[in-house]
Amino acid sequence: MTALTRHRLFWPAAVLVVLLVSNVFFAPRFFSITVHDGHLYGSLIDVLRSSTPLVLVALGMTVVIATGGIDLSVGSVMAIAGAVACLMIGDLPNQDSVGGVLLAVAAAIGLAVVLGLWNGVLVSVIGIQPIIATLILMVAGRGIAQLLTSGQIINVSSPPFRVIGAGYFLALPVSVLIVAAVVAIAVVLTRRSALGVLVEAVGASPTASRLAGIRARGLTIMAYVFAAVCAAVAGLIFSSNVASADSNAAGNLIELDAILAVVIGGTALTGGRFSLAGSVLGAVLISALDITTYTIGIPAETTLLFKAVVVVVLCLSQSAAFRAVVLRRRRTAGAPA
Amino acid sequence: MTAVTSPPRTAPPTSAARRRRWADRRHVPVLVTLALLVGMYGTGVANYENFSDTQVLLNVFVDNAFLLVVAAGMTFVILTGGIDLSVGAVVALTTVVAATLLHAGWPAAVVLPLVLLMGTLLGLGMGAVIHYFKVEPFIATLAGMFLARGLSLLINRNSIPITDPFWTAMAQKRIRFAPGIFISTSVVIALVVVLVAAYVLAYTRFGRTVYAIGGNADSALLMGLPVGRTRIAVYTVSGFCSSLGGVLLSFYMLSGYSLHAQGMELDAIAAVVIGGVLLTGGSGYLFGTVLGVLLLGLIQTIITFQGTLSSWWTKIVIGILLFGFIVLQRLVTRRAR
Repeated sequence: MTALTRHRLFWPAAVLVVLLVSNVFFAPRFFSITVHDGHLYGSLIDVLRSSTPLVLVALGMTVVIATGGIDLSVGSVMAIAGAVACLMIGDLPNQDSVGGVLLAVAAAIGLAVVLGLWNGVLVSVIGIQPIIATLILMVAGRGIAQLLTSGQIINVSSPPFRVIGAGYFLALPVSVLIVAAVVAIAVVLTRRSALGVLVEAVGASPTASRLAGIRARGLTIMAYVFAAVCAAVAGLIFSSNVASADSNAAGNLIELDAILAVVIGGTALTGGRFSLAGSVLGAVLISALDITTYTIGIPAETTLLFKAVVVVVLCLSQSAAFRAVVLRRRRTAGAPA
Repeated sequence: MTAVTSPPRTAPPTSAARRRRWADRRHVPVLVTLALLVGMYGTGVANYENFSDTQVLLNVFVDNAFLLVVAAGMTFVILTGGIDLSVGAVVALTTVVAATLLHAGWPAAVVLPLVLLMGTLLGLGMGAVIHYFKVEPFIATLAGMFLARGLSLLINRNSIPITDPFWTAMAQKRIRFAPGIFISTSVVIALVVVLVAAYVLAYTRFGRTVYAIGGNADSALLMGLPVGRTRIAVYTVSGFCSSLGGVLLSFYMLSGYSLHAQGMELDAIAAVVIGGVLLTGGSGYLFGTVLGVLLLGLIQTIITFQGTLSSWWTKIVIGILLFGFIVLQRLVTRRAR
């Protein structure tokens, strides 16, 4: 039992279970999953579906944080990716054309690679502190996205594009499948090859890892490119789900949620060891939190307050120092006088 | 302002020559910022009519007095190697609480100390959580940001006008040096805060401890410095400065609104970093922060003078200037080393 409670992911998992169970009191059918037209429907599926952009962004963020950096620009990259894709699809003579949609998606992801390279070069070649280097793209990127869409919301009606965020394949939402695939690739690459260890080495000590013959510079750039590509895919899912590109709303403040998810998942902001599974769990937890506030019927004004309370509870429960204080007090209280 | 730039006296000088080189190296980032500030002002004067008016320069102070105060508090936190993301939300909460209480007919003499105490206590709470429970500053203050923003939304979603005579008097009072050349009372308050903060950082035991913790917290602890107390104190200082900044903002806006000061934490961090303070802590001057705030203000002024830029271009231009500036500073600093 102690081994279980000591596990890194015990507390976030426990909070997630508590959150999901608490929904049942307000929506009795919360856990029921039905098959409708060959698709799975249910609140749990909704939690998974709505968490997909955040899971992707948190995944990329984990790798960046593991190298000792941070990426504030992910929200802006999401907005740019959505804007580029919707603009290109809007210009298609026939919005049903699968090839045209694929081209738009490829262009959005290609642009994200460039943006990731930009961040990576600023951090590792020019040597700017990551929080400031990515702050530049965070501010300017949002402006670029608004420039692309001239500050308007661009609507598209393209069935092939809708598939990414709202479609189903083998009874499961396509967005969930995409995220599962990206997570699987990331896990295999980092845990079944030396890549993960190298990234951890760079995060733990860039100088030592360079002296040990690791190409720290290349790895750091790669981490930012990965984060940007993840953010772009998240942006495509987001804009496909609402069939439009909204440069103001897309990915607004998602960087904070993503960083929170990473920390909840047990990756330290100082770099070094990281846990992809933890970040995925953290991201699902944050999305479940949002959904729970809706089911319980907490008014929109207090959602942030509710979130603050859960974050505080979660962070304190994960803090070894806090647990020690609480346990000691309980022990002295229970001891005979 | 000479008091502000005097070097910390902790550097162990082995010879006069070495000390001189140390002093030079530490001053380079601030000097670069100063040079760029002068250069940018020169560009403005050369390109725009009436830019050379003294009042244009004074307006930069008038429009950014609250940011100056908030950034001064942030400097303390960043010098210890921490970060405070809650400042913008605390500013908003202060304006909302002040406006609500004044609207309810409370006298200004009660409201003013009350809101300042509230911000200070919030900072104290976050500092205590960070120190005692070893929660990362980024996460603890992020929770504080959710909490403060959530509370202000809970109190009132709408903008509340302030009609209190003291507040309106403070808002309208102008200290005139000559016809058409004036500053507001907020500027005086902000300058007093900056001078006190600079004195504390450069000449008091507390200030030296702040630098020591940022240099190496473990060494500071082994040297017998009060690390815990100081670490809690810097977040308390930042909380106080944020609520004072909130008061100044409510003078400026004459309203309390839960969406005031969105993203101000990033402005404050950017100002501190542009001023040459290292995000890893232990190095930098408050004078640099002042220059950083002025630079951000000057960028806004130039964009206003240009007049033809739409809101997204403002973001892009700020991003480009931030980039050019940081890279230039980086190159010059590197050459100096």
